[in-house]
Amino acid sequence: MANYSTNEFKAGLKIMQDGEPCNIIENEVVKPGKGQAFNRVKIRKLISGKVVEKTFKSGETVEGADVADMELAYLYNDGEFWHFMNNETFEQLAADAKAVGDATKWLVEQDLCTLTLWNGNPIAVTPPNFVELEVVDTDPGLKGDTAGTGGKPATLSTGAVVRVPLFVQIGEIVKVDTRSGEYVSRVQK
Amino acid sequence: MTQLTERWQPCASLATLQQRAALFRTIRAFFEARDVLEVDTPLLSRCGVTDLHLENLVTRISRYPDQEFYLQTSPEYAMKRLLAAHGVSIYQLGKVFRDDEVGRFHNPEFTMLEWYRIGFQMPALIAEVVDLLHQVLGNYAVHQLTYQQAFLHYLTVDPLTATVAELQACLSQYEHVADLACRENDRDTLLQLALALIIEPQFDAKAITVISHFPTSQAALAQIDPHDERVALRFEVYVGGVELANGYQELTDATQQRARFTQDNHLRQQFGKTPKAPDERLLKALETGLPACSGVALGVDRLLMLQTGLDDIRHVLPFDVTCA
Repeated sequence: MANYSTNEFKAGLKIMQDGEPCNIIENEVVKPGKGQAFNRVKIRKLISGKVVEKTFKSGETVEGADVADMELAYLYNDGEFWHFMNNETFEQLAADAKAVGDATKWLVEQDLCTLTLWNGNPIAVTPPNFVELEVVDTDPGLKGDTAGTGGKPATLSTGAVVRVPLFVQIGEIVKVDTRSGEYVSRVQK
Repeated sequence: MTQLTERWQPCASLATLQQRAALFRTIRAFFEARDVLEVDTPLLSRCGVTDLHLENLVTRISRYPDQEFYLQTSPEYAMKRLLAAHGVSIYQLGKVFRDDEVGRFHNPEFTMLEWYRIGFQMPALIAEVVDLLHQVLGNYAVHQLTYQQAFLHYLTVDPLTATVAELQACLSQYEHVADLACRENDRDTLLQLALALIIEPQFDAKAITVISHFPTSQAALAQIDPHDERVALRFEVYVGGVELANGYQELTDATQQRARFTQDNHLRQQFGKTPKAPDERLLKALETGLPACSGVALGVDRLLMLQTGLDDIRHVLPFDVTCA
């Protein structure tokens, strides 16, 4: 993998730090009028998820991380691994629980997910921004009662729990924003 | 963003450009009232700067095909030649150029106010800088510390006596600089890291902070303190954590000036940078006699950022480098 000089630093660049691939979130040059210039960066460690700040002397080089994003369709979970397929090459990849993380509650078969690969291995799974899931459990609630009570919790087919309006019933399909975990709308079957 | 763009519209609003023009008027009135002469020395010169951490932009003039011309990083050398020739206090308000700096507080072409006061010692010039800042920004409190006091106060380490290992140990307590502190062995780099990334961000946000008496190794063109040769009569002025001005009680001795040029070039070679020819015309001027004086350079775009509350230098420039 190529090395990067600090003057190539920008948000989104993937570098190795502390043995872990990292994504640069912010990069700021700190240059005294008289004196050494520094790059102060905020990075997210892509495996542990930790956000840390580091400082480099401007002109230093840093090892790049071979990190790439791929769009793969979710297939199934075998109890240990979550399996995904490239719809063009039909090549399959398995991600472990650590890589899937919280995404597990948004995985719908055939949905296209973004897998982050480090040296070819999945280290993170990002579900689509919106998913459609069936409500499997929620209080019956009162039809027509829409007075702003903030709704009620509903359990979806994947186990995710979201707040839905009172009129939503068991068996209905709802659309959810996976980034915020919030209900968007009902979907006609 | 620092990518070049095809944007045609200005970066600064009309209101900001009006404030910019008003700031120029305030500065000119300030010096007119104090009988300081405005000068506009050349920005294209056959000599560049020897400072280890400054790089000139270089260009050519077809009439002199064998000669490189350097866009000046500060009008210092030319202004000192005027001081040696005419012996009156002078100021220059204009553009300067520095390679390799683009960021929230940096544009490669920026506006600098530089002035020299005949007969002033460092404290008198510091007081004048504070007067100007008070006129522009209002009555900010002023905190004045020596470099040594600042390190003792904010880091509890003595910058003049600590060994490299002690500086590394001290800095490695701060997560955001720890890795770099552990792999860095150059004393001045460690001190600069401490000042820029640990001490300056702690300065009182609503006050002017003046740091004076920098270590001799960072004297630049300042006189060494006759009472303590470990430090130089150099100061920096900050508003909040923003570095705004750098000044000296000026070195006037030609022999010492030549030695500083040589020392700078040694360092440049050590750090893998091209040495620069010393400015012989400046040295001749110093041999003729530079009157005792103090001088300071102040970043005007940053001053306008502070005055307007804008947080990116591009927002106070008609066009920044990315769309120039």
